[in-house]
Amino acid sequence: MTPASGAGRRFAVSDLVALAIFVIFALVPFAAKLGPEAYVLTLVTRVMIFAIAAVSLDLIVGYGALVSFGHAAFIGLGAYVAGILASHGIGDALVALPVAIIVSTLFALATGVVCLRTKGVYFIMITLAFSQMAFFTASSLSPYGGDDGLTIHARDTFAGFAWMKGDGALYYVVLGFLLLTFLLCRALIASRFGRVLRGARQNSTRMAALGFEVFRYQLVAYAISGALAGVSGFLLANATNFVSPAYMSWQRSGELIIMVVLGGLGTLYGAIIGAAAFIIAEEWLAGFTEHWKMIFGPLLILVVVFARGGLIGLMSLIAGPRRD
Amino acid sequence: MMKLVSTLAIAAVLGVAASAAGAQEKLKIGLLTTLSGPPAALGNQQRNGFQLALKQMGGKLGGREVELIIQDDELKPDVAVIKAKALVERDKVDFVVGPIFSNILQAILKPVTDSSAFLISPNAGTSNFAGKECNANLFVTSYQNDQNHEVLGKYAQDSGIKKAFIMAPNYQAGKDSLAGFKRYFKGEVVDEVYVPLNQLDYAAELSKIAAAKPDAIFVFLPGGMGVNFVKQFRQAGLADSIKFLSAFTVDESTLPAQQDAAVGFFGGANWAPNLDNAANKKFVADYEKEYNAVPASYAFQAYDAAQLIDSALKATKGDTANKDALRAAMMKADFVSPRGGFKFNTNHYPIQDFYLVKVAKRADGKFQTEIAQKVFSDYKDPHVADCAMK
Amino acid sequence: MSTSLLIVQTLNGLQLGVLLFLISAGLTLVFGVMDFINLAHGVQYMLGAYLAVMFYALTGSFLAALVLGLLAALAFGLLLEFAVFRHLYDRDHLEQVIATFGVILFLNQGVKFVWGASPLSLPIPEIFSGSVVLMPGLLYPIWRLVIIGSGLLVALGLYFLVGNTRVGMLVRAGATNAAMVSALGVNIRRLFMIVFGFGTMLAAFAGIMIAPILSVEPGMGDTILILAFVVIVIGGIGSIRGAFVAALLIGLVDTLGRSFAVDILRLFMSPSPARTVGPAIASMLIYLLMAVVLYIRPTGLFPAKGQS
Repeated sequence: MTPASGAGRRFAVSDLVALAIFVIFALVPFAAKLGPEAYVLTLVTRVMIFAIAAVSLDLIVGYGALVSFGHAAFIGLGAYVAGILASHGIGDALVALPVAIIVSTLFALATGVVCLRTKGVYFIMITLAFSQMAFFTASSLSPYGGDDGLTIHARDTFAGFAWMKGDGALYYVVLGFLLLTFLLCRALIASRFGRVLRGARQNSTRMAALGFEVFRYQLVAYAISGALAGVSGFLLANATNFVSPAYMSWQRSGELIIMVVLGGLGTLYGAIIGAAAFIIAEEWLAGFTEHWKMIFGPLLILVVVFARGGLIGLMSLIAGPRRD
Repeated sequence: MMKLVSTLAIAAVLGVAASAAGAQEKLKIGLLTTLSGPPAALGNQQRNGFQLALKQMGGKLGGREVELIIQDDELKPDVAVIKAKALVERDKVDFVVGPIFSNILQAILKPVTDSSAFLISPNAGTSNFAGKECNANLFVTSYQNDQNHEVLGKYAQDSGIKKAFIMAPNYQAGKDSLAGFKRYFKGEVVDEVYVPLNQLDYAAELSKIAAAKPDAIFVFLPGGMGVNFVKQFRQAGLADSIKFLSAFTVDESTLPAQQDAAVGFFGGANWAPNLDNAANKKFVADYEKEYNAVPASYAFQAYDAAQLIDSALKATKGDTANKDALRAAMMKADFVSPRGGFKFNTNHYPIQDFYLVKVAKRADGKFQTEIAQKVFSDYKDPHVADCAMK
Repeated sequence: MSTSLLIVQTLNGLQLGVLLFLISAGLTLVFGVMDFINLAHGVQYMLGAYLAVMFYALTGSFLAALVLGLLAALAFGLLLEFAVFRHLYDRDHLEQVIATFGVILFLNQGVKFVWGASPLSLPIPEIFSGSVVLMPGLLYPIWRLVIIGSGLLVALGLYFLVGNTRVGMLVRAGATNAAMVSALGVNIRRLFMIVFGFGTMLAAFAGIMIAPILSVEPGMGDTILILAFVVIVIGGIGSIRGAFVAALLIGLVDTLGRSFAVDILRLFMSPSPARTVGPAIASMLIYLLMAVVLYIRPTGLFPAKGQS
């Protein structure tokens, strides 16, 4: 796995790739006009929403080696905040979005305090446990649809302005959030905070010996990651006009991990590529046969076995050895 | 010269005729159902029923050739939303038929009806869409979810059962189920238990049932849940002393796995394979010949969805552009359903008869439900009063 | 809430616990000795059930179905090991998770492709098909007692094997420090294969034993997989003793929780909310338990790993 570094030639290359990705995203709506416009917009919007969550997961998995198997819970929390507030008549993002962020952050802090006492597979399982608890709680919320879910009739406005009403407008709002998320995470990684996190991934004893309170840094990273995933959930609820406990299932958390690893751990833009690859492959393959999972499963295995470093690793293999 | 003119004239006439025939382009219909995971068996029945009707009508509905696009909702509501949007926006279907599950219906209603397509649900029939949130572009060919459970409630009340133990999964449909049962059953409910969705081992609940000593139990345990519960109920020896009443727990989709364990158990339905009318005899015979399995309600309700579309298009002469005319034609429901009479109520849910059914083993070794007695005639769902459409 | 109901529910909890042990034992060994996260363990359990159903249809004998099913599952497991898992031993846990998840996707769809989506059944063998009267009106199927019995026998057998034989010693050593064992000249690859094969057979055995009671359907391994991971995490990875204790604990907590949660809640709140909150809490109970255990002992109850 290619470690993330903040210096040298590699920095410039990764920047170029990220730029290319965002330019492509920005141009998609124009290309979509040539075909089934609304469908393409809906699909790529979904890609970007999960990309936000995947990038937030890459922050702690790729750089912090904290494999959270409960990240879907944050998505669900953000989505439910949007849904519950909407059902009570509060349909403005100026209120709903900060509440979503606060709720996700609080959940991250509360569960992080317990989870970060463990390491490795124990960490994985305990994050799973907390997300399952959130899942069962959401399923029992009958005033909000329970297992059937809740329909959200109108998307959130921004200070009264219907900024997400049309599919095209929603697309650019989500793209904006994705860009913000990416820049925020990139700045975090390059900062002193990020270096401590990465150092802790490599050798936490050493970091502690150097005087850093590793636990604090990890908790903050976990909270930021959870908050960003909550934003992703808020956007997902708005995009689908619907929220249900299924958004928090452990299978969803697993899919997020796959997206991050598939794209290439520890590169941030890899997570975006992974999300796009996963969702588009799902859609595309499902069009061929109802047994598409029999193709998708082995595909995953092949990527893992042969493409170290995910798709990014594969691309650099094809592009040739780096000249650093 | 004359020959040229006449040739041109004939060509012109033929050309016009050809384009007039081709002007009626293919009728696009999207079928969105659950084709993966354990409930795929139900989605398969739904798909088979619809395709059987299409086959019988030569691939045409209302005289128009049909292009059927089948999508799998994977029992994930947000995936269903994407697939539904793909159907109405990318494939530009005129009708979306499906789904099986209530939570999927909840998710796709808005995207489908916001576009100009009509949504025909051949299974899910939630209470909110029958009442407060009724929708002019939704048509339900199955029933309203409460009704089948009410059948058993009434039967239990009328047949003198004093103590009942009732159980359902812990989700909205489960709660609606037990509410429906209690609406008619006025005896003593010794216990009302909600089990986690997809629970497989009922050892704990069976012990509770034995301890409570009810006259009858009423359960709503669809799919694999029902398969397991029936087997374990029989294995625990409770079937001899406790009457087994249920909805959607012993039906043709689960009987192949339940087999002898389910014989003699009761269910409630708007139809059974042995319902005695000509349309049903033909439907069941054709289905068994084509798919080598006994059809369940999921199949015949989808079959009716196809017939509904066909009847409506016959009335509008194949036109789907005039939505008001199409809607009026659909409301007429001018077709012969295997269940006998079929009428729509003002909320676009059916008015139909309901029966108590009993599981039996056929001479050829297969299992099916059979009509035991009629419980409701021309039964309307209780939520229609809340619907604004009149 | 009577004593007889309590006794019955305890038996039920033991049966679930024993089943969980059969599945977790293999999982914890593979994880402990080979440091390999095998998500596909759940589908091996499912495959055992399907293969038994198939052999029963061919032979008409449960015993034959059991034996043949075990052998076929073993063969299939070894094939998987050779084709996929072998390439992953040196890899990151994450990559193992993804690859074995791919195996799950493939096999879940595969069994649907081969056997169809409808649930299948396996009948209880004739000699065990009766019941004993546990409570007036409640017959407890002998087969469930057979499951408990066979599970306990397997547990005893494993205890003896791991504690008193050379292979067992190697397994214990490997769980503590695999690199050291290899450095001491033991053929670690062969040990891995033995451990893996054993784990697969245990999972398949669990699947075959439970098939007469539960329906055999695609995806039946998925929920059990999560439970199994909860068991091995609570018990401590690599420890059979830990898996046994944790499995019984979880079986009892889950069963008793589901039976009595609503009644306990009814002491504090009115019946209607208690009825819906109860099952939700009952489902969460084992995760709460895991969180509490990990808070007190971050590496589980009986961790096998020494200093790494």
